[in-house]
Amino acid sequence: MPKVEINIDGVNVLVEEGTSILEAAKMVNVRIPTLCYHPDQAVKGSCRVCVVEVENQRNLVAACCTPVSKGMKIKTRSKKVREARRTILNLILADHNQECLACVRNGNCELQNLCMELNIRDTKLEKINKSLPIDNSNPSIVRDESKCIKCGRCITACHEVQGVGAIYNINRGSEMKISTPLNRKLSEVACVYCGQCINVCPVGAIYEKNDIDKVWDALEDGRKHVVVQIAPAIRVSLGEEFEQDPGSIVTGNIVAFLKRIGFNKVFDTNFTADLTIIEEGHELLHRLNNGGKLPMFTSCSPGWVRYIEYFYPELLDNVSSCKSPQQMFGALAKSYYAEKEGLDPKDVVVVSIMPCTAKKAEAVRKEMNDSGYQDVDIVLTTRELGRMIKESRIQINELEEENFDDPLGISTGAAAIFGATGGVMEAALRTVYEVVTKETLENIDFKDLRGLAGSKEATVNVGDLEVNVAVANGLENARKILDLVKEGKANYHFIEIMCCPGGCIGGGGQPIPGTNEVKEKRIEAIYNVDTLSELRKSHENPVVNILYEEFLKEPLGEKSHKLLHTHYHSRS
Amino acid sequence: MVNLISRACGKISPLSIKEYKNNGGFKGLEKALFNMTPKEVIDEVTKSSLRGRGGAAFPTGLKWKFVAMEEKDEKYIICNADEGEPGTFKDKILLDGCPFQVIEGMIIGAYAIGATKGYIYIRGEYPKSKEILVKALNILREEGILGNNIIGQNFSFDIEVRSGAGAYVCGEETALIESIEGNPGRSRFKPPYPPNKGLWGKPTLVNNVETLANIPIIMELGADEYKNYGTDSSAGTKLISVSGSVVNKGVYEIEFGTSLKEIIYDVCGGIEENKKIKFVQLGGSSGACLPEELLDTKLDFDELSKLNIGLGSGAILVVDDSICIPDFVKNTTKFFDHESCGKCTPCREGNRHIIKILNKFTEGEATERDLELIKEISNVMKEASLCGLGQAAPTALITTIKYFKEEYEDHINGSCEVGKCKMKKGVAANA
Amino acid sequence: MIGKDKLIETLINVQKNSKGHYISEDKLEEISKELGVSLSKVHGVASFYSMLSTKERGEYVVQICNSGPCYIQGANNIATIFEEELGIKMGEVTEDKKFSLEFTSCIGACDIAPAVKINNEVYGGLNKEKIRELVEMLRKEGN
Repeated sequence: MPKVEINIDGVNVLVEEGTSILEAAKMVNVRIPTLCYHPDQAVKGSCRVCVVEVENQRNLVAACCTPVSKGMKIKTRSKKVREARRTILNLILADHNQECLACVRNGNCELQNLCMELNIRDTKLEKINKSLPIDNSNPSIVRDESKCIKCGRCITACHEVQGVGAIYNINRGSEMKISTPLNRKLSEVACVYCGQCINVCPVGAIYEKNDIDKVWDALEDGRKHVVVQIAPAIRVSLGEEFEQDPGSIVTGNIVAFLKRIGFNKVFDTNFTADLTIIEEGHELLHRLNNGGKLPMFTSCSPGWVRYIEYFYPELLDNVSSCKSPQQMFGALAKSYYAEKEGLDPKDVVVVSIMPCTAKKAEAVRKEMNDSGYQDVDIVLTTRELGRMIKESRIQINELEEENFDDPLGISTGAAAIFGATGGVMEAALRTVYEVVTKETLENIDFKDLRGLAGSKEATVNVGDLEVNVAVANGLENARKILDLVKEGKANYHFIEIMCCPGGCIGGGGQPIPGTNEVKEKRIEAIYNVDTLSELRKSHENPVVNILYEEFLKEPLGEKSHKLLHTHYHSRS
Repeated sequence: MVNLISRACGKISPLSIKEYKNNGGFKGLEKALFNMTPKEVIDEVTKSSLRGRGGAAFPTGLKWKFVAMEEKDEKYIICNADEGEPGTFKDKILLDGCPFQVIEGMIIGAYAIGATKGYIYIRGEYPKSKEILVKALNILREEGILGNNIIGQNFSFDIEVRSGAGAYVCGEETALIESIEGNPGRSRFKPPYPPNKGLWGKPTLVNNVETLANIPIIMELGADEYKNYGTDSSAGTKLISVSGSVVNKGVYEIEFGTSLKEIIYDVCGGIEENKKIKFVQLGGSSGACLPEELLDTKLDFDELSKLNIGLGSGAILVVDDSICIPDFVKNTTKFFDHESCGKCTPCREGNRHIIKILNKFTEGEATERDLELIKEISNVMKEASLCGLGQAAPTALITTIKYFKEEYEDHINGSCEVGKCKMKKGVAANA
Repeated sequence: MIGKDKLIETLINVQKNSKGHYISEDKLEEISKELGVSLSKVHGVASFYSMLSTKERGEYVVQICNSGPCYIQGANNIATIFEEELGIKMGEVTEDKKFSLEFTSCIGACDIAPAVKINNEVYGGLNKEKIRELVEMLRKEGN
């Protein structure tokens, strides 16, 4: 693209033709306000908060969707512009539930920030906002329409990124709103509870169900033995809630905090991630050697499992029967661990900290009671953990780092990378290779499978076997692979699918904003955790090996089948 | 009154190819396909100074050129028959009276820009017109005038009719395109403009029914003769739809340069008995409300733009003095609130606030501050809305505040001159 | 398979073939499956276009134009007369499901304002008497 000279607020700047005014303004250090704009989504141009004045143009133009052209003279802060922006914000505010002090996004709300930055001092229009019933019909996600500002970002996430389509614009004019089909409750529509809508919502119109108090109550109940597991992706993202740079690794601080507030044991989901690799790896080999259904899909991501149950039930036999690491942990905590510690499993409370909203729904699936009790009792998202820490008033950044407890706190680097797209596949290959060939895998970094690309593939020689693998993240990318599989056009053996873009580090329960830029940093951190680990292959996890010796006996054995494997059902 | 574009309307049986041909039908098409290159066709249209008749008055030749310049295998031409502007019923006259003429215009346009497929997007409120169109297309296919190798030439093109389903905004070209794609008709931001990226992302020409009906005539007469009609700044004729308090309501073809006064008194037989004209709304509900003093204004693009108003669709609503301005504008705004697509903030939110505030006027509870507020909101709608609908929605409000400010002030002071409003405070003037 | 771009046409046709001039929830779900368009979008489209209805209407859908030209000719009075004649309010359906009443934007019958559209027919120049005759005629016709 050729460069053109334009003038922004009196400053000349040379930019590529076709650049939006919004981007061009950044080059002269002017950040034009936006609301519907999201850096990872297609430009919408609908909120009009970013309007600017362009010389010789009849009307104001929206900076996000107007490309610069040669000689353009732009004013971004004239009286006309400032007044228009304020009126537009006032129009939005009149239909926005302004109970900001009791809002989940208080302090992290794009609308709140804009009002502050644009000097809104009076809301002069009559309030049109109606208090509407809040939809908290499901275990994961709450919708509060009275907060919705109709930016449409959630629809883009749901339709274009995830291909789910649980919500859409209905009606038109001032009656237009974001709705489930036929105004049904979210629990009654094909929603996978991935929470990607939450991650892009600029306000508090959609958020995870709050389970914090259940955890406080359990901790205060003297009869209960409360254990907690934290997912691989939490340690590289929680810091963002406490002014740390994206990609900061805060594992030790989290452990210290959890111990401080009274958890009896602080364990690691990474332990059962290693275990998953052993079980799933053997399942794959079993399928390969016994003419089982191929390709096999991973099953750790509950949003993905829900998706295939809704949209491709005919492929359910291709999904690994392995429970997710969260659920394997719950089942073991209330069997193996309870037995070992001499606890009555009914007194054990299992709490998980997950980057995920769908995990809340996974925990209450009726299949997830193999210990004789609900295997996982309470699931908190990363954001909820952040809120809990704030409420505790404990200064987490100042805590001395501590280590996970034995035995379910020991893990390898292979487990750590479960948190990023491609990680499960990489971890599985490290183990499958060595199990099959009985040789040491020298280069254990499968770099082709890493990174934010929507789908990736590789062919790996495992002894005489050529294993074709694929990795997809984001359900719209998954759909493309599923269609190929359905049409018999895919020759993969093993496919990792993560519901959320980027994998769990981009989960629907992660700190906001979790833009691609932030996700890259989280991924980098995940692989640092791996590299810094002493052990980097799941089958080298000594405690997993003890678990097999003492309890499970063998992969895919009877106990494993009872506790660590599950089945799925069609929801279509 | 003239009979140029509408020369066959009402005179021929609409689905008779023979009668259409006897009235000059397909002469333009033959001339274009037999004797002219696509570029020559576009040059002729450009030379004719034809401007879009749907409302935006964009130079047609230029629009065609933009599409022609795009080097793509797939291009589309769309006939915008989503005539939704209140007070406008002229496209219906053409569609029902002489569908072949509109289609002929489309075929010539397709030839000129290199389109392989055409759509006629007709509003759902005209089911009978749609039936006529479908029949007309079938007849043309049978006659070899549509489909493969049109009139024996190396040019193939076909047309599909698509129906709207009750959405005024689909008259806006990008909303119309969305609708053809099977989506809610929510306008896209521009650029990119349809000539570059339109239907399914392909270069697309969208022209109004009347614009297309002009094409065969221009081809047949040649641009020079065509320009004998109208004025130097506005060539040709315009179909106007006159409604309201005139004696003879209806659609008339006039030459550009005719004044509103001539239209009302000479063409339409003047104002109905015992009524007095209060204002004329020009261009439909999105048009300006002009007081009697401005009735000498001529329908001419240059003259109108001096007054900072547009001709719009050419609808002329004559309103008498029994009508209360704030009440009338409230009704207009309700229309836009109902028809807004809901996408952009100013239009989605602005209309309902204006309605609420105008309610205060008609109930005698408005204050000076309310007048300031509706000015502020209408200004942002005009300046910052995403598409033409939102930008034009407050035109009636803005122009009546300009020309009839005292009537708003009267309402603030508790009086409604026509006695229409039931004031909660104060007394209606003639109560 | 019908193209996704035919969603609006499909909705129109389904509505046309339904006695109550509407698209039921079952039909919406059917269309969603048939066209491979998410139910949320099918509902979104059906609720966007004002001619489409997801609520059951009358055998005769009386649509009263209340855009500018009809408004100044007393469209609101026309509405009141219809309400009285049919014994229902705007937006309602008569008990026998014969008539429903609603407003519509301009139907292009401005030269015969005030006008209404009843199913595919347009009636203009209305007043109390004409409306009475019209309703009477339709009542008989329907039987």
